[in-house]
Amino acid sequence: MPNDIVLEMRGICKAFPGVRALQDVDFTLRRGEIHALMGENGAGKSTLIKTLTGVYQKDSGQIDIEGRRTAFRSPHEAQANGVGTVYQEIMLCPNLSVAENMFIGREKGVFVSWREMNRRAGIILDGLSIPARPTQQLRSCSLAVQQMIAIARAVDMQCKILILDEPTSSLDEDEVQKLFALMRELKERGVGIIFVTHFLDQVYQVSDRITVLRNGELVGEYEAEKLPQVELVSKMMGKELGDVEKLKNLKEAAEDGGTPVFEAESLSSAAGVRPYDFHIQKGEVNGFTGLLGSGRSESVRAIFAADKVTGGNVRINGKRIRIRKPKDAMKRGIGYLPEDRKGDGLIADLSVRENIVLALQTMHGFFRPFSLKKARAFADEYIALLNIKTPSSDTPVHSLSGGNQQKVILARWLLIHPEYLILDEPTRGIDVGTKVEIQRLVLKLASEGVSVTFISSEIEEMLRTCSRLIVMRDRNIVGELSGEDMTQSKIMHTIAGEVTQNA
Amino acid sequence: MERRKRRESISNSNLLFLISLVIFVAMYTVGFFRFPTSFRNLQTFVDFFNNNAPLIILTCGMSVVMIGGGIDISVGGVTGLVTMCCAVFLNGRAGSVAGSIFLALGIGLAFGALQGFLVSYLHIQPFIITLAGMFLANGLLTVIHKDPINAALPAFLKLREADIKIQWLGTVNRLGNFIPLRISYCMIIALVVVTVIAVLMKWSRFGRNLYATGGNSQSALMLGINVKRTKFFSYVLCGLLSGVAGYVFIMQTGAGNVGNASGFEMKAIASSIIGGTLLTGGVGNMIGSPIGALSLLVINEIIRSAGINSNYQAIISGLLLCVFIVLQSLVVWIRGKGSPTLPPWLQFKRDSR
Repeated sequence: MPNDIVLEMRGICKAFPGVRALQDVDFTLRRGEIHALMGENGAGKSTLIKTLTGVYQKDSGQIDIEGRRTAFRSPHEAQANGVGTVYQEIMLCPNLSVAENMFIGREKGVFVSWREMNRRAGIILDGLSIPARPTQQLRSCSLAVQQMIAIARAVDMQCKILILDEPTSSLDEDEVQKLFALMRELKERGVGIIFVTHFLDQVYQVSDRITVLRNGELVGEYEAEKLPQVELVSKMMGKELGDVEKLKNLKEAAEDGGTPVFEAESLSSAAGVRPYDFHIQKGEVNGFTGLLGSGRSESVRAIFAADKVTGGNVRINGKRIRIRKPKDAMKRGIGYLPEDRKGDGLIADLSVRENIVLALQTMHGFFRPFSLKKARAFADEYIALLNIKTPSSDTPVHSLSGGNQQKVILARWLLIHPEYLILDEPTRGIDVGTKVEIQRLVLKLASEGVSVTFISSEIEEMLRTCSRLIVMRDRNIVGELSGEDMTQSKIMHTIAGEVTQNA
Repeated sequence: MERRKRRESISNSNLLFLISLVIFVAMYTVGFFRFPTSFRNLQTFVDFFNNNAPLIILTCGMSVVMIGGGIDISVGGVTGLVTMCCAVFLNGRAGSVAGSIFLALGIGLAFGALQGFLVSYLHIQPFIITLAGMFLANGLLTVIHKDPINAALPAFLKLREADIKIQWLGTVNRLGNFIPLRISYCMIIALVVVTVIAVLMKWSRFGRNLYATGGNSQSALMLGINVKRTKFFSYVLCGLLSGVAGYVFIMQTGAGNVGNASGFEMKAIASSIIGGTLLTGGVGNMIGSPIGALSLLVINEIIRSAGINSNYQAIISGLLLCVFIVLQSLVVWIRGKGSPTLPPWLQFKRDSR
């Protein structure tokens, strides 16, 4: 029934400088359905939502709401026209009461009638069975309840379309169920809900339909019941299930036994990593894999204490130690090449030499600087070793290409002669030649006895370099694969969380 | 509908207000029993208002801006400028009381509007802008007239002298003569300002929007509040109150002087904080602000009565302020998102639903 369609987006395109965020994307939402919008980080989910709510202006395409052509210029305007959005970070004021948060910004007149406001808020809260009192301070509510209050506000504004952008990412299982109950209730009332998430299990619990995006393009729209979880994963990642290349694993599995170089026991961090166990042998290359946003980067950051470590034990070469800050980790011979090269890695305005010497200098102590001669010797050695293409070691690092910048960071860590090196997406955004160079280097390091943890979005690359893969989903480790088990289809099945059959 | 009879957990604003109220009462009680001759006298209490009306008015304005997440350190300078301008104007040929009132409010509004515009619409740091405003006001003050100048317009003198005597509430002095309670116009103006601002902040849309803006301006924006306009008007209001304070100041002293109201901006900030307003914005109680100012004054009065060197007044005020800031951040920290590092006896009961 065409009458059922509340929102129709056709051929949406949106480009940012240098990036085509959305390319010819279609999206259809029906009345009273929960429609999941899925995709890895950077697939264009948020951009699509923001073009709908008027945060961004689309470059081309059309948006029809209940058959009427619309183009909102601001989230406020979208709200006034029945498109309510509840964001991941709750956009409410914790210093106000629950009732105020529901009504502020939309009352008329000079004065506020507290009694009337509390009465109306009470009716709405009761109607949606949200466990909060109107006069309660918002900050005293749990995150889930705050989320629900934000939804209640949107609902009270007569929204026809409710967008929930990653609403469950900071909720625990109980709270998620409460939220889902509320979503089903709203669905009964005929609200069309767009549910943006990357939690696979949750999608199947509430969604009627799933639209998958990848790299800013529409992969397809599916009915949830007819799309097995593993296929959803393969669609999100853009890998066909049947297409299982046999990749030669260059790396022999490291001999087991002996004390691991690094061992972690129920390690957890403030960045939301669930406690996990982990170990790595001398000269082993292992990898963390999973969808973007599954917690792989956060897990390795916990090892390096790049985020605040909240629990767990760590052993290095069998000895129990505490790593509270990155410098502790460095002293124990752990190096970490961060995912965000520009933000966490390089100091763009310093020279190549200064960037290379940085980690060693930190360990050496800042009050005992290296002589220029010495620093230059270090830098030149590694520029030659890693084949960094730079006019000189005095060149500011921001004038180098991405691949060479990456090599500079790599050089920084090699200079401290680490026992254990963590490389988080070392090959992202760099050319193929350099990629292969880095892969070779990783294997060479391993053969020299350095343990390496390697993270990459490209499964082929992981299969080529790692001898053991740790698979993550929704911030939990869900499997470990090594040897014969390391095939694309096995990995995808594990990510999807289905019982692995022989692929 | 069944009414849930559970006690609401108190809001930060009200909790901090209660703390400051308790402190004030405690201070006054100490004074009451330790120095009965002055503190047991009702006139002393009333004189706190009579003599410090400008500070109380300024504190209200400061609290408004601070609740909105800003700061205005030009208020002392503007107050001083207003006194001088009014004094010069009243002594001039066209001098009139009504004219001087308009002049005072106009100067305050002009400063408030200009600073508010720069802060809210051009996104300049409020501290820097109002610092510039303070320098500007101080500079103008010295340029207009360097020496103290007494306002001698008869109509104004009459206004200055005017007060209300309450015959049935007076006190008997040491000689046995009955002196009726004296309430100056300054005190009345201060009380009216406090009431109006308190009502405005509690029940008006502007007030609630300002709380929201100070609490989280990004959220406030998403909730559909015109954040820029709200902030702008908070500065305008603060400027206007500086004008009022300036006029009240000259009603008390009768003179324009270079040193008038200098340092009042800091006293106002201190009073606001003692009164329970958070520098981070979004939290504060408008009744707390005058109480904060009174606490500061009572402490000074106690120190004075105790015959301690007046230099210690500043030290003790400073220490008190320190204690308050620590207390406040402790309270906010404890009641913030669950802090597991804290022992249970230090944790406030939180709603666990």
